[in-house]
Amino acid sequence: MAAEIENLKAMGVKIVNNVIVGKSITIDELFEEGYEAVFIGSGAGLPQFLHIPGENLMGVYSANELLTRTNLMKAYREDYDTPIKKFNKVAVVGAGNVAMDAARVAKRLGASEVHVVYRRGKNEMPARQEEVEHAEAEGIEFNMLNNPCAILGDESGHVIGLQCVRQELGAPDERGRRSPVPVEGSTWTLECDTVIIAIGTSPNPLIRSTTPGLTTTRKGGIDADDMAHTEKVAVFAGGDAVTGSATVIMAMGAGKNAAYWIDEYIRRVNGEPKAEE
Amino acid sequence: MYKVVTKRFLNDAKTICLFEIEAPYIARHARAGQFVIFRLDEQGERVPVSVAGYDREKGTVTVMVQAAGRTTKMLHTVEQGDYISDIAGPLGKATEMEGLKKVCVVGGGVGCAIAYPIAKEMHERGIEVTFIAGFRSADIVILKDELREVSDKLIICTDDGSYGKKGFTTVFLKQEIESNIIWSRPQFDRVIAIGPDIMMKFLADVTRPYGISTIISLDPIMVDGTGMCGCCRVIVGGETKFACVDGPDFDAHQVDFDSLIKRAAFYKEEQDEAAKHICHMTGGKRNG
Ligand SMILES: Cc1cc2nc3c(=O)[nH]c(=O)nc-3n(C[C@H](O)[C@H](O)[C@H](O)COP(=O)(O)OP(=O)(O)OC[C@H]3O[C@@H](n4cnc5c(N)ncnc54)[C@H](O)[C@@H]3O)c2cc1C
Ligand code: FES
Repeated sequence: MAAEIENLKAMGVKIVNNVIVGKSITIDELFEEGYEAVFIGSGAGLPQFLHIPGENLMGVYSANELLTRTNLMKAYREDYDTPIKKFNKVAVVGAGNVAMDAARVAKRLGASEVHVVYRRGKNEMPARQEEVEHAEAEGIEFNMLNNPCAILGDESGHVIGLQCVRQELGAPDERGRRSPVPVEGSTWTLECDTVIIAIGTSPNPLIRSTTPGLTTTRKGGIDADDMAHTEKVAVFAGGDAVTGSATVIMAMGAGKNAAYWIDEYIRRVNGEPKAEE
Repeated sequence: MYKVVTKRFLNDAKTICLFEIEAPYIARHARAGQFVIFRLDEQGERVPVSVAGYDREKGTVTVMVQAAGRTTKMLHTVEQGDYISDIAGPLGKATEMEGLKKVCVVGGGVGCAIAYPIAKEMHERGIEVTFIAGFRSADIVILKDELREVSDKLIICTDDGSYGKKGFTTVFLKQEIESNIIWSRPQFDRVIAIGPDIMMKFLADVTRPYGISTIISLDPIMVDGTGMCGCCRVIVGGETKFACVDGPDFDAHQVDFDSLIKRAAFYKEEQDEAAKHICHMTGGKRNG
């Protein structure tokens, strides 16, 4: 990774840190500064919450917060200043790759028990099979068919448990996914001191809300065509910012595709010949 | 790397220090009410602090920082001419002041540093400003002259009476509201209160019966400051809001103070512990 960044720099790519596009500078201002095309690859960063009681208790994190504190800000290392709470029993809500990641990170940070809580069944889990197997191998416990309905706290506002309702799988929906239905009278409490919410993210609205001319999909992704071009002239976009949370491979593909079309676009604007295939 | 071009302590007790930092991108867009996030070095915490001023021509942003935890104590050891590794912003929404005519701004302690640029911008726009600045005691009073310059009426008070009037900001706010009522209508069209959570809670209680629109600036724990982590969430009017993107200003009468105050204490143990461990040999600077 570090080597690749060095490589890019050697090729003449200038990396400007600490700039929040939309706040420090807008896309229109980038054009004013003389840039001929802009590519937006700002990812899907906005975490979704469950909107159940107790979500603001102490000990409730989004997976983004946990993973940012640990992976990017290295809270686990003594020589870094990032604080992170010690936890013992952890409930992770959700069953995608991010949930698996969060569960394993929690375990490695020293949790004695980590439970994945998911409202559907094991076959419905969106995480890759491999990720689930890794998690199982590391001792993560799976509480399938449980829908969290409240997070419980003590007087001082710390998490003491996750209240769940057991679910049964109903008839398959149009996509073949069997949707869960609550089992009456089956409410129970999973004791825990930490709850990590990993039920998905949506694209951050910062850039789209500060860039007139960009249009977005119903889910907040930036509209871009096959050539990665958005509705705004000379603005290209790709990756999670367009698709919503997807994969590294798709994002890399989108970057490559956009690079090709940006090159074509700039050649055309400047009246240069097409690139050799 | 970002150069500190000016450093100046703002009070005798040296609890609050001003830093003017070269950051052209921030300087270009910053407005009162917004904040920035800085990091001293690669291993440092990311610390949000309010924009206390900016110079668009010079390309600098000014922050006023109280030494509270480990990182802010270390920042106080950074000297004029030194560099810090990162500063990003401006973040959050600027304070709304459209259409206002007469405003009472209340600051508590370091909250006065955050309230000052707001009062200044209002003053420049011709809004009549009454400023109530409260401090614990004389040795920590800041910005006396600056506040006088930007307010039509300034009341400085201390808890122990060692400077200005003796008493809490709540008392003086009530007095000011009461003495500005015409035909049973309060003349302030807004109160802006910035200070410790508990102070803002009580100030909100003061203005509520008068029905005066009251805005407070919140500083919950943040990580990224761009809406990516949800760490800064607060409950406002029963809804979950992210202070870093939806705020930091919120309607004081809608904020759930109890959950706010509890969340703010979450990392307290870790922070107290970390603050004890600042390396004294290097005077707090990790690498030097
Ligand atoms: C915990 C976790 C586990 C995952 N596991 C897998 C996995 O196993 N396999 C897999 O294929 N995928 C996985 N994914 C998904 C994968 O990470 C994403 O699909 C991929 O990173 C998308 O790449 P991107 O370039 O579109 O966006 P990102 O990688 O999200 O990059 C966006 C960048 O833009 C920056 N940015 C955002 N807004 C602004 C702004 N306004 N101004 C300036 N900069 C901005 C952000 O700081 C960030 O650096 C996982 C995701 C997470 C969170
Ligand atoms: S600080 Fe992360 S969302 Fe506000």
